[in-house]
Amino acid sequence: MAQKKTAAEVVQAARSADKISTKTLINGLFNDFVELHGDRNGGDDPAIIGGIARLGNRAVTVIATQKGETVEEKIATHYGDPEPEGYRKALRLMRQAAKFNRPIITLINTAGAYPGADAEAHGQGEAIAALLQASYDLPVPFIATIFGEGGSGGALALACADEVWMFENSIYSVLSPEGFASILWKDSTRADEAAGLMKLTPNDLLDMKIIDTIIPEPANQDRLLKNLKKKLLLKLADLSQLSGEELIQKRLARFREF
Amino acid sequence: MNLFKRKPYVETHPHRQPERHFNQKVPDNMFIQCPHCKEGAYYKAFGAFRVCPNCGYGMRLKAQERLDMLTADYTPWDTELQTKDPLNFPGYDQKLAKAQAATGLNDSVWTGEARIAGANVALGIMDPFFIMGSLGTITGEKITRLFERALNKQLPVVIFTASGGARMQEGMPALMQMAKISQAVARHSAAGLFYLTILTDPTTGGVTASFAMQGDIIAAEPHTLVGFAGRRVIEQTIHKKLPEDFQSGENLQKHGFVDSIVPREKLGAFIAQVVRLNQPEEE
Ligand SMILES: [Zn+2]
Repeated sequence: MAQKKTAAEVVQAARSADKISTKTLINGLFNDFVELHGDRNGGDDPAIIGGIARLGNRAVTVIATQKGETVEEKIATHYGDPEPEGYRKALRLMRQAAKFNRPIITLINTAGAYPGADAEAHGQGEAIAALLQASYDLPVPFIATIFGEGGSGGALALACADEVWMFENSIYSVLSPEGFASILWKDSTRADEAAGLMKLTPNDLLDMKIIDTIIPEPANQDRLLKNLKKKLLLKLADLSQLSGEELIQKRLARFREF
Repeated sequence: MNLFKRKPYVETHPHRQPERHFNQKVPDNMFIQCPHCKEGAYYKAFGAFRVCPNCGYGMRLKAQERLDMLTADYTPWDTELQTKDPLNFPGYDQKLAKAQAATGLNDSVWTGEARIAGANVALGIMDPFFIMGSLGTITGEKITRLFERALNKQLPVVIFTASGGARMQEGMPALMQMAKISQAVARHSAAGLFYLTILTDPTTGGVTASFAMQGDIIAAEPHTLVGFAGRRVIEQTIHKKLPEDFQSGENLQKHGFVDSIVPREKLGAFIAQVVRLNQPEEE
């Protein structure tokens, strides 16, 4: 699949207002979705939606970041930037998935973990660190898909998976092109130039084996959803051939390469 | 090229005074200001451990300086590895060469086996003077190998963290180090082995969000900056000024994320003490 857009255009498309919403993705891919709230430690962050659902005829655990559709949602989710409570909810649901032998599907579109005062005080770093470590003991198939922005550690926290996929119009990077430009050249307006240097497009990341597959993103959302659902079902069937121990060993080997 | 030759075994003591060789260029009567409390003092008053006589803040150290404060008995590991410059980043090779010359390291962490106050440990010391202690692919590889070798040798791991976060000049492969190291920590941990992190000034970004926060015990030097997001980014996001000590080890301890604040001069004894208390009982 040829990527004709420049890196800067991919950044723009990843952040487009027309980008498919988290709720549309969840409703389009899964049946019987039951949302599960809370980190069991005093908080529930709406920037991360979690729950159980059916993919085809298989029960799965779904964890997704959401930017929100209404103004209220956007404010409540900090435009999709999770707080520690969100990451702890994700960890709780991953452990629950392991207990009931349910595959884990994550859907990621976040500029990054929320840089707030409460988030710092509540241990944003510790919450992400715990998720990175957890990928060692989740003996279930785990597929992560970045469908918009994959912002740094805040995205990686949900993407230490057996397979990492990206939508055609998505990015995955250490920091935003604006942040990159302002640190490097003290000029955030040179973000487009930075994007070109950063190797943050799906094609670049596929070349570097950071990701495994690029998901085409036709304007017709039904086609997109149908194709993604088919791919997820096939890959789950594939991964389900492996034992829990084999899955973990393969996952470790995947990240050990970097 | 072996950057650091193994030094002969020397019995170390918990309160051993470090050698002064790295300080010798600065005259004792030079007046310097503490970056934390802003009080001035003569260089000499900061002592061999480079600690502010007024507030106890420890000046930032190169990895080799810190190593010399801890022990003279060590073997360095993986001093040959060199980054592949995954982004072909303009000017990066010169930046690296400069950092290597300034610190004597191949990348932003020193790793090896060391004997500290009688305790054998696999030791990692990040160097804040090597591109801000940023986590690059070789930093990540060295720390991963530190845990892997410690697992083989059944050794505890001690890491002094100091970092500005993932190294932007190495792009996504740098970010992936957070996952790679975390999995190595998890394997080491699953074998019942002990991991101690010592947060030093400054510990931020992707290092805070990975191995800095994964220790069985997490200690910090006094007045260490510890955080995930940068202070300016937070202030711009919430449109408020943060209290001066907001991202300090002391404040994080109040919130439950740091076990102990340990003055620099007591760290050697502290390491030996907790390593011994975490050693499996002999049958
Ligand atoms: Zn001071």
